[in-house]
Amino acid sequence: MINKTVANAEEAVKDIPSGAVLMLGGFGLSGIPENSIDALLQRDIKGLTCISNNAGVDDFGIGLMLKKRMVKKMISSYVGENAEFERQLLSGELEVELIPQGTLAERVRAGGAGIPAFFTPAGVGTEVAEGKELREFDGKLYLMERWLKADFAIVKAWKGDTAGNLIFKGTARNFNPMMAAAGRITIAEVEELVPAGDLDPNQIHTPGIYVQRIFQGIDYEKRIEQRTVTGERS
Amino acid sequence: MLNKNQIAQRIAKEVKNGQYINLGIGIPTLVANYIPDNLDVVLQSENGLLGIGPFPTEDLIDPDLINAGKQTITMLKGSSLFNSAESFAMIRGGHVQLTILGAMEVSENGDIANWKIPGKMVKGMGGAMDLVASAENIIVAMQHCSKDGQSKLLKKCALPITGLRCVKKVVTDLAVLEILPEGGFKLLERAPGVSVEEIQSKTEGRLVIEGEVPEMTFD
Repeated sequence: MINKTVANAEEAVKDIPSGAVLMLGGFGLSGIPENSIDALLQRDIKGLTCISNNAGVDDFGIGLMLKKRMVKKMISSYVGENAEFERQLLSGELEVELIPQGTLAERVRAGGAGIPAFFTPAGVGTEVAEGKELREFDGKLYLMERWLKADFAIVKAWKGDTAGNLIFKGTARNFNPMMAAAGRITIAEVEELVPAGDLDPNQIHTPGIYVQRIFQGIDYEKRIEQRTVTGERS
Repeated sequence: MLNKNQIAQRIAKEVKNGQYINLGIGIPTLVANYIPDNLDVVLQSENGLLGIGPFPTEDLIDPDLINAGKQTITMLKGSSLFNSAESFAMIRGGHVQLTILGAMEVSENGDIANWKIPGKMVKGMGGAMDLVASAENIIVAMQHCSKDGQSKLLKKCALPITGLRCVKKVVTDLAVLEILPEGGFKLLERAPGVSVEEIQSKTEGRLVIEGEVPEMTFD
């Protein structure tokens, strides 16, 4: 098996240049590549385009990259938890493309799967449809959306092996598998890195072919945005 | 007038046995608390879960298990997990039968606006545009009027649209209304103590009243 292992986050992101197009996995703060974001923050790069469902919060995740003005453009579906984002957007400092969440997921999937465009009903009759081809299929209108690809896709998995195979946990899977496939270079950070052969091939979510670099992550904070509990301690 | 929990309680009566349901953020999330125990339904969370369970106890909190509102949750027996592309495939593919979501405005022909106030608020549409473009039944939960007293049930939406001709029913603090296929809000039920006249005065879109309009009842 090809060994994809790199030493750490710094090593994994060291050649990401200014102006690169990045995909970052995660939904809210769940399943975000914490280690890689920290390592990016240590680097002196700017003008990045970040494709990510959300933009983190003010003091965690991509929010920190925004605060450091590393990001020129965000492509997201929902950015409501981030005041700095909203400020930069409304003042025109940050370029933003907001797209429906399912369209975002499918555009990324299409990018990884070699499908240049597809038709979706989401956004017909809205601002999202402006400038896009509309076509009727079986009496209903759909609009054409194009694939998304990235120079670097940065994903976070629960377990991974040295061959780059990944297993996700819970709802931390979200956008990570499609992004892994849509990156020219895909960086995977994992909570537990094991030798090739230790993961059950039946349980792999993302096959190693999509992953170019993998490393054992450290010190995961896994911050919770909305801590909701019920009833008594059981 | 209904409070948020009562709006949720009333919407729960629209839920049918065997449905797969997506609940939006806010009042729609509360609907889960009122779905009768004798109904077998499955709640979908668009970030990748079928089978949302109740909020966890303190010791069961898992940061890798959240709903679309980023709240910590649990999974019920028989749950399944999947990625976001799969999640929206089941939404666009029409497999999720009922969508309940909030709105800023609804028009009399079923258009909905809920994602943007130009120049003021830009949170994004999240999954709302995909959901309203695809679900066969869409119910809106919202206040009848905005905080400054303007009707949110309009002839035509003023805010940027989320989806066209998609809302089937609206449940507000004042009333239950059905969107007629030919356009118009048909008044189905009044909230306790709320008159038809009050609903009429607070509905800018065309209100259709046929015969006696009953007061809502709660079990």
